[in-house]
Amino acid sequence: MKSRTLFLYALAYLAFLYGPVLVLPVFSFNNSEFIAFPLSGFTIRWYQGLWADEAMSHALGNSLKVGLATALLSTALGLATARAVTRHRLKGASAALGFISLPLFIPDIVLALSLMLLLGLLSLPLSLAAVVLGHLLICIPFAVTVLIARFEGFDRNLEEASADLGEDPWMTFWRVTFPLMLPGIIASLLLTFITSFDEFLLAFFLSGTEATLPVYIWGQLRFPERLPMVLALGALILAASIALVILAEYVRNLGVRKSMVGA
Amino acid sequence: MADRRGNSTEAYGLMAPALGVMAIGLIAPLALMLVTSFQSQSGSGFAAGWTLAQYGAVLGRESYRILFLRSLLISGAVTLVTVALAYPAAYYVAFHARRKFVWLVALTIPFWTSYLLRVFAWKIILGFNGLINSGLIRLHLIHQPLSFLLYNPFAVVVTLAHAWAAFAILPIYVSLEKIDRALLEAASDLGDGPLRRFLRITLPLSMPGIVGAAILIFVPTTGDYVTPALVGGTQGSMIANLIEVQFVGAGNWPLGAALSVAGMVLVGLIAGLFVTAARAAAKAAR
Repeated sequence: MKSRTLFLYALAYLAFLYGPVLVLPVFSFNNSEFIAFPLSGFTIRWYQGLWADEAMSHALGNSLKVGLATALLSTALGLATARAVTRHRLKGASAALGFISLPLFIPDIVLALSLMLLLGLLSLPLSLAAVVLGHLLICIPFAVTVLIARFEGFDRNLEEASADLGEDPWMTFWRVTFPLMLPGIIASLLLTFITSFDEFLLAFFLSGTEATLPVYIWGQLRFPERLPMVLALGALILAASIALVILAEYVRNLGVRKSMVGA
Repeated sequence: MADRRGNSTEAYGLMAPALGVMAIGLIAPLALMLVTSFQSQSGSGFAAGWTLAQYGAVLGRESYRILFLRSLLISGAVTLVTVALAYPAAYYVAFHARRKFVWLVALTIPFWTSYLLRVFAWKIILGFNGLINSGLIRLHLIHQPLSFLLYNPFAVVVTLAHAWAAFAILPIYVSLEKIDRALLEAASDLGDGPLRRFLRITLPLSMPGIVGAAILIFVPTTGDYVTPALVGGTQGSMIANLIEVQFVGAGNWPLGAALSVAGMVLVGLIAGLFVTAARAAAKAAR
């Protein structure tokens, strides 16, 4: 096919991907309670309404806590796993990696409800800690993928040189491996944070009375008069997510000669 | 590069924490789900003894069979539409785009915005008083809002094809990018036209990407909850919605568990068959 036709198709496809997403910012500035055409003037009152909403800020706080804990834990566990897989010839390594990526192939609702069953059996309450456990299931596979790519991308001779020059393994890790891995670690932290921050279904079933931001948003969707405010909130989340993803992609490629994207 | 034979105890130790989290958070709960599916509800607890009654209900009730079939058909349609829409775009980026990295980031950014809000955006677009209807009325193309846009399987397919686009773009792009350009030149030199060359070289060699994308999309979308709940209506509701009703609304945990297990087994079987068939087809083509 002609390159030009394909180019136009790719542009149209981009428009299909971005159109629905842009509904959020466009109508968050629209001066009407009804989300419909024609647009009726510019306003920032929906954004002002957000500041006054205490339930919203509480949910935001919960989401930040859960996202931070999930990002740190899944990146730490992912780092150890990625190192084991790339530095040692292990029997069963690919089976272990397959096992770790299993949650990607199980519907979120089954993950959520089965965890709920387990908590019930152990008489543990629904809580933000339960949400973190649920989020670890979907974030660890992700962290492992990002970090393995980074481990494979750098020169192992540097570690050998460090050992030959008399550093013990611990110092070699901190002075050679860790700095070289840092871009991968930061990318993993950012991507797992966003994944957790945006996750709805596990949080919905596991958070109990402590709503996270997506759970709060879900609750607001029933009230038509609250929608413009939800759109304003969505637009802010959108802007923050895009900034974090671009940052993560930029950092991930620092020091990697060939650009690598994706899993 | 010297092959480092580290001791494997250390390596297994490094993997242990992640595997431990998976065991506690995944295996134990799923095992419990399986056990629960062989029980029966009695008041707020479970009756004594084991039973296959829940599976009898899952297989026996026509309304459940319809729901399972509909979920599979919707996910199948989503998979087909998503892959078909993404393929030409991935092809453009792999073979023609100059700034591949920028294109890939641009194509995947929407995927990083809140899933809930992306799905909700479609509800706003397709709704009775939504953007398409109000826009068309404003342009005097219609006088009454179109009611067939929202709350049906079509709305679910469109929304999911949008939401899962990145899972098609990336695997297909990776498989296209790997194709040795010399093979394409060879095909041209030997007289293949562009279409024949595409069908004989490019398409078969990008099959792993297509199959990977299909699995990555088909398996999770069959169990999607948010999209059918927001845009599906009663005509477009799927297995996950029924499971949720059994667990939360009806309070029949064993039945909900049996539906979950049956759904996972069914989807696993279909995905397995699909991969086997795709491999056999690839072998036959060689």
